[in-house]
Amino acid sequence: MTEIQKQTGTFAVKKGLAEMLKGGVIMDVVNPEQARIAEEAGAVAVMALERVPSDIRAQGGVARMSDPEMIIGIQQAVSIPVMAKARIGHIVEARVLEALDIDFIDESEVLTPADDVYHILKTEFTVPFVCGARNLGEALRRIGEGAAMIRTKGEAGTGDVVEAVRHIRQVNKDIQRVVSASLMELMTIAKEMGAPYELLLQVKELGRLPVVNFAAGGVATPADAALMMELGCDGVFVGSGIFKSDNPARRAKAIVEAVAHYTDASLIAEVSKGLGEAMRGQSVAQMEEKDKIAGRGW
Amino acid sequence: MVSRIRIGILALQGAVREHRAVLHRLGAETCDVLNPPDLDRIDGLILPGGESTTTGKLLLRYGLAEPIARAGRRGMPIFGTCTGLILLSKHINRSNQYSLGLMDTGVERNAFGRQANSFEADMPIPVLGDKPYHTVFIRAPYIDRAGPDVDVLLRYEDKILFARQGNLLAAAFHPELTDDARVHEYFLQLIK
Repeated sequence: MTEIQKQTGTFAVKKGLAEMLKGGVIMDVVNPEQARIAEEAGAVAVMALERVPSDIRAQGGVARMSDPEMIIGIQQAVSIPVMAKARIGHIVEARVLEALDIDFIDESEVLTPADDVYHILKTEFTVPFVCGARNLGEALRRIGEGAAMIRTKGEAGTGDVVEAVRHIRQVNKDIQRVVSASLMELMTIAKEMGAPYELLLQVKELGRLPVVNFAAGGVATPADAALMMELGCDGVFVGSGIFKSDNPARRAKAIVEAVAHYTDASLIAEVSKGLGEAMRGQSVAQMEEKDKIAGRGW
Repeated sequence: MVSRIRIGILALQGAVREHRAVLHRLGAETCDVLNPPDLDRIDGLILPGGESTTTGKLLLRYGLAEPIARAGRRGMPIFGTCTGLILLSKHINRSNQYSLGLMDTGVERNAFGRQANSFEADMPIPVLGDKPYHTVFIRAPYIDRAGPDVDVLLRYEDKILFARQGNLLAAAFHPELTDDARVHEYFLQLIK
């Protein structure tokens, strides 16, 4: 038999893991016990972090990569993929997470950015990255840097879904524009959107992003999660929405079911019954610009 | 009139879209399987890759587990990829998670390690012809033991990565993530 050459860390393998998460819910957890509740509820992955976004908001200060010890505790507690966040542009935090054998890195605006000009060159890593985006240009810039998965930024830690909706609607609108444009128009669109031309060509051919696109930022209820699926997201991140609610185990399970069956309104009605209070949250419309985090990164 | 083959794809979670695309290219019809009645209208079933703990739980919650197991025992061709391979197996090492238990195999989950060890490689699969098959493994399981009724179609370093037991087919890799449709063609032949 001829020698078999194994290749690791290829884009196909990175993107492939994201494909396997589709139709699923990824939950923020801050300790092994929450991770086990998330896995038991049917989460496809967990995001290990020290403080959920709503606490980062409330407590202020600089938000950084989590303590490796806490990440390892969560890795040992569950068999599903474990993700963790690095600050935008923080190459070394990303390397540390890679050394910890994390399954996916979120280069996240929820943490305080380490670099206000450059994002991490994600092609240099074996581990896959997910990044936030508010529109097609931003999504394609991140993919150009090597991101294997995109999520809407939304407005994390608010429990208000309006920004996530705005962002997915904008991405969809931008994709429609690219699909219906003639090839002659494409370079001008590339310039306007600040998007790599070759990736725009791929979007035109596919009619969607070339990688999986999840919803994030403000999802608090099963109906919120199903709404994001209805608008074309491939799956949902839930941050503060679960463990800041009255009954995390039940809410987590209900959100998983609502995402798997997002077109089935009677099922969503059934799973939404008596879940207790959702996270209190805050309306984005009443927030000051300086308190919004979606504007971090470019 | 000859009707086209209709393949159900378990659509609770995972790589549904990719399987659908390959099957359409091969001229088969597909339908998403979300509830038990969906099983009555199909000639074969694909259990796609995803997270096996999630899929197992949802199968049970929606009463799909027993009807699928019954259809498999009655001879409906079922093809499981990655998570699907786990679900088809009788034994899952060190785990009490749900499985359909249709194939006489034991599986090791996340057997190659975490995502950093996910890989792609050309592998010889004689049943698909002389040309090697480009396989993609994502946090993949493998079969570490198989009963006498199981045909091993690909073995690599003592790990069984592709196997068939009568109407049941299981792959540890993801044929839906490559352009080579030979694995799906092989599955469709089990139906004809």
